[in-house]
Amino acid sequence: MFASLTDSGVLLVFALVLPVSGMLLALLTGGRHARTVTLLILLANVVVVGGIVGGIWQTGQAVNYHLGGWSPPLGIELRADGLSGAMMAVTALVSLAAGLYAPPSFRFPKSQENRESRMSFVFWYLLSATVAAMNLVFLAQDLFTLYVALELVAFAGVPMVALSGSANTLLAALRYLIFALIGSIFYLLGAVLLYGLHGTLDISLLAGLVEPGPSLWLILAFMTVGLAAKTALFPLHIWLPPAHAGAPPAASALLSALVVKASFFLVIRLWFDLVPGLPAPSASQVLGAMGAGAILFGGVLALRQARLKLLIAYSTIAQLGYLFLAFPLAFGMGVETDGALTGGMFQAMAHAFAKASMFMAAGLIAEAIGHDRIADLGGLGRVLPVTCLAFGIAALSLIGVPPTGGFVAKWLLLEAAAISGQWWWAVLLILGGFLAGGYMFRVIMPALARDVTPPTLIAPVSRFREAVVLALALAALALGLFPEAPTELLALGRPQSLEILSP
Amino acid sequence: MNTDLIFCMGLALLILGVAVFVVGSREPFPAVVGFVIFGLLVSIAWMCLSAPDVALTEAAIGGGVTGALLLVATARLGDSSKKGQKTKTPMGFHGLVILLCVAVSAGLIAVVLTFPEPAPTLALVALEPLESTGVKNPVTAVLLAYRALDTLLETVVVLLAMAGVWSLAKDSDWSKTPLFGYSPEPGGPLVLLAKVLIPVGVIFGIYMVWTGSDHPGGKFQGAAILAAMGILGLVAGVTSVPAVTNAKLRWLLVLGPAVFLVVGLMGFLSVGYFLAWPPGLSKAVIVLIEVALTPSLALMLGLLVAGPPRQLPTSNS
Amino acid sequence: MTIPTIFGICASLLIGLGLYGIIIQTRVLRKLLAFNLVGTGVFLLFGVIGRRGAGGGLEGDPVVFGLVITGIVVAFSATALAVAILIRLHEETGDDSLVDEPPDEEGR
Repeated sequence: MFASLTDSGVLLVFALVLPVSGMLLALLTGGRHARTVTLLILLANVVVVGGIVGGIWQTGQAVNYHLGGWSPPLGIELRADGLSGAMMAVTALVSLAAGLYAPPSFRFPKSQENRESRMSFVFWYLLSATVAAMNLVFLAQDLFTLYVALELVAFAGVPMVALSGSANTLLAALRYLIFALIGSIFYLLGAVLLYGLHGTLDISLLAGLVEPGPSLWLILAFMTVGLAAKTALFPLHIWLPPAHAGAPPAASALLSALVVKASFFLVIRLWFDLVPGLPAPSASQVLGAMGAGAILFGGVLALRQARLKLLIAYSTIAQLGYLFLAFPLAFGMGVETDGALTGGMFQAMAHAFAKASMFMAAGLIAEAIGHDRIADLGGLGRVLPVTCLAFGIAALSLIGVPPTGGFVAKWLLLEAAAISGQWWWAVLLILGGFLAGGYMFRVIMPALARDVTPPTLIAPVSRFREAVVLALALAALALGLFPEAPTELLALGRPQSLEILSP
Repeated sequence: MNTDLIFCMGLALLILGVAVFVVGSREPFPAVVGFVIFGLLVSIAWMCLSAPDVALTEAAIGGGVTGALLLVATARLGDSSKKGQKTKTPMGFHGLVILLCVAVSAGLIAVVLTFPEPAPTLALVALEPLESTGVKNPVTAVLLAYRALDTLLETVVVLLAMAGVWSLAKDSDWSKTPLFGYSPEPGGPLVLLAKVLIPVGVIFGIYMVWTGSDHPGGKFQGAAILAAMGILGLVAGVTSVPAVTNAKLRWLLVLGPAVFLVVGLMGFLSVGYFLAWPPGLSKAVIVLIEVALTPSLALMLGLLVAGPPRQLPTSNS
Repeated sequence: MTIPTIFGICASLLIGLGLYGIIIQTRVLRKLLAFNLVGTGVFLLFGVIGRRGAGGGLEGDPVVFGLVITGIVVAFSATALAVAILIRLHEETGDDSLVDEPPDEEGR
C-alpha cells in the first residue's frame, strides 16, 4: 500500500496536478500574473513529461500509478506507455510554443484601469486547461475518467474558438460544442454498456474480458462514431474549418495540433488496446474509407480557399484523414502490421508540429501585412523570410516530402499497405500527397516569386515569435531526420496486442 | 404482476410521453416546461432504481438548475427568430434519420435484454474497504475515496465551463457582474417568495451536505440547492453577485478545488499516495473536502446559470 | 419483466428519441433539450446496470451511482456553456439556429 515519492509513477500525478494548479492560480491571481503563472506551469510540464518519457525509456516499460492506492476495478489507474509518452511530449512542446508566441496577441489595454482584460485572462486559463485535459486523455486508463477528460478538452477548446467574440466565431463555437457533446455522450453510452457486460471500466481489465459479438460491435460503433465526430472525421467534419480558422492564431494552433488528436488517441486506445487484434477487417475498411473521404474532400476544398487560415483549416481535415488509415492498414487483411500504428502516431505527431507552426506563421503574416488573402501573398518571402521558411518546412512535412516527419509517417503507412497487400490505400496515400502539394504550393510558389512587388508591412514582426514558429517547423523536420528514437518510444510498454490473437 | 411493476411501467410510459412532447412541441416554452417535468419524473425513476443519491441530484440539477437555466434562456431568446424554420428537411433525409434512431434504440434494447446473468457488479468490491473510509454511504466512498480523482476533475470541469461562460462577455464588460441580462423589478411577489424560501433552502442545502457522508445526499446536491437559492435571490433582486474580477469571488471559487488538491497532495506524505486519506482520519478528511467544496460548487453552478458578466441592460432587451 | 428491464427499454427509447430531436430540430435550444434527453437516457441505462448489480446488502452498485452523479453535473455544465453561447449569438445576430454562417471576415 505504501509507495515512495521517488517512484516515477508519481510524475504522472504531477502531469495532472501542475496544469490544474495553473488554472486555479491563474483564476486567483488574474491580470498579468495569469500569464507568468501559466508560462511557468508550461515549463514545469515540459520537465515532468521529460521525466515520464525518460522513465519509460529507461525501464522499457509503461509507468503506472494507482490513485489513492486503490487499484482497478474499484480505483483509477494512470498509465503512460510509449504512445502516451510521445503524445504528452508533443503536447508539452506545442503548448509551450503557443505560450511563448501568444503574449503580443493578448496585450493589456493601455489604460490601466482594469486589472485584467478578458482575452488575456481567458486565453491563459484555457491554455493550462488544455494541457491538463490532454495529459488526462493520454494517462487515464478508466473509460469514465476519459469521458471527463473528453469534456475537459471540449470545454477548453470551445471558448478558444469564440475568443474574438464575433458572430462568426460564436456560431462556429456553438456548432463545435454541439458536435463535441453528441460525440462524448455516445462515447459514454458505449462505456456504460461495457460496464453492463463486464463490470469494469478499466481498459486493460476490459481487454481480457471482451468477446466478439453483436453487443461489442454496437458498443464499438457508438464509441468510434462519437469519437470520430469529435475528431472531425469526414463526413462529420463540417464544424472544423470555421472553428479552427476563426480563433486567434495561438488558439488555432492548439485546436488543430492538439485538441482534435485527443479523440483520435482514444480511438487508438479502443481499437488497439481494448479490443486488441479483434478481427475487424470490414469495420476497419469503413474507418479507412472515411479517412479517404477526408483526404480527398479536405484536399480539394483546401485548393479552393481564398484565405490562408481557411486553407490551413481544410488541410487539417485532410491530414486527420491519414490518421484513420492506420486502422485498415493494421487490421485490414488479418496480416500483422505494427508499422501502421507507428505510422498513424507519427502522422499525429508530425502534423501537430507542422500545423501549429503553420497557424502561427499565418498569424504573423496577417499581423504583418494586414490580411491573409492567398492571392495577395506574392513576394512575401522577401519581406518575411523566416516566417516563410518555417511555413515552407511545415508544408513539406504535410505533403510528405523527405526527410520530414510527415514523410516518415506516410512511408510507414505505404509500407504497411504493401505488406498487407492493400494497394488501394497506397494509391490514396500518393494521391493525397499530390493534393497537399497542390494546395501548399498555391501559397509557397507565389511567396517565393521574385518578379512581384512584395506586400507592404504594416507592422513589424517580432524576431522571437518568428523563432518560435521556426522551432516548431524544425521539430516536424527533426522527427524525419531522427525517426529511430520516437519509433522505439512508441513501441515501449505496449501490450503485445497483435501477437496475442495471431498465433 | 405486482403493483411496483405496474407503477414503474406507468412511470416509464409517462417519461416517454413527456419526452415525445419535449421533442415534438411546436413552441420552445412548453418544451422547456415539459423538460422540467421530465426531470422530476426521471428522479422518481431513480427512486424506483433504489438510487436516492442520484434521485436527489437529478431533481436538484437535472430538473431544478437546468430548468432554471433553460427558462431564463427561452425568456432571453423570445420568439423573435423564425429564421431557423426556413430550412425544411427533405423527406428522404427525414426517413433516414428515423431509420437510424429506430436502429439505435432497437440495438440498445437488444443489449439490455441480453445483459449477462448474474449482473457483473462492483458492489461487493466497494463494500469491503468501506469501513476504512469512515463513511457509511458507499456512494460517498466512491466519490471521495475510491474514485476521488473523478470528483476532483469534475469540479475542474465545472470551473472550466464557468470560465467559458465568462469568456463570452464583451471586452468592455469584463469587470462587470453576471446577472442574466435583466434588472429585477423591486418589490413584487417574487421578493416575498425569495425571502421566505431562501433561508429554508439554505438550511436544507447545508443539511444535505452534512448528511451525505452517511445517508443519501452530498455536496453536489447540497450545492445545487444553494445555487438554486442564489439564482432565485438574483432573479428577485434580493442578492447580488460581485464582478467576475472580484478577488473575494475568485478566492471562494478556488477554495474548494484547492483544498481538495492540497489534501490530496498531503496523501503523499501521510499514506504515500495522491488522494489517499490517512486511516482513522478518513472521514474527517472527506467531510473537510465536502465542506470546502460546497460553497465553491454552489457559486460555480449559480454563475453558470447567471451567464457572462455584462453591463446593466438597456431598455430594448 | 423486471423493474430494471422496464427502465432499460425506456432509456433505450429515450436515446433514440433524443438523437432524432438533435438531428431534426433546427433551433439550438431544442437541440439542447434533445441532447439532454439522450444524456438522461444514457445515465438511466447506467442506473439500470447499477440496479442489476445489487449485492452484499446494497440495493445497487454504488460505483455506478457515483459515476452517474458526476455525469449529471458534467452534462449540466455542458448545457450551461451551450446556452450562454447561444444567447450571445442571438444578441449578435438575432438568430438561434445553426443555419449557414455569413461570409468570413478578413485576416485574423
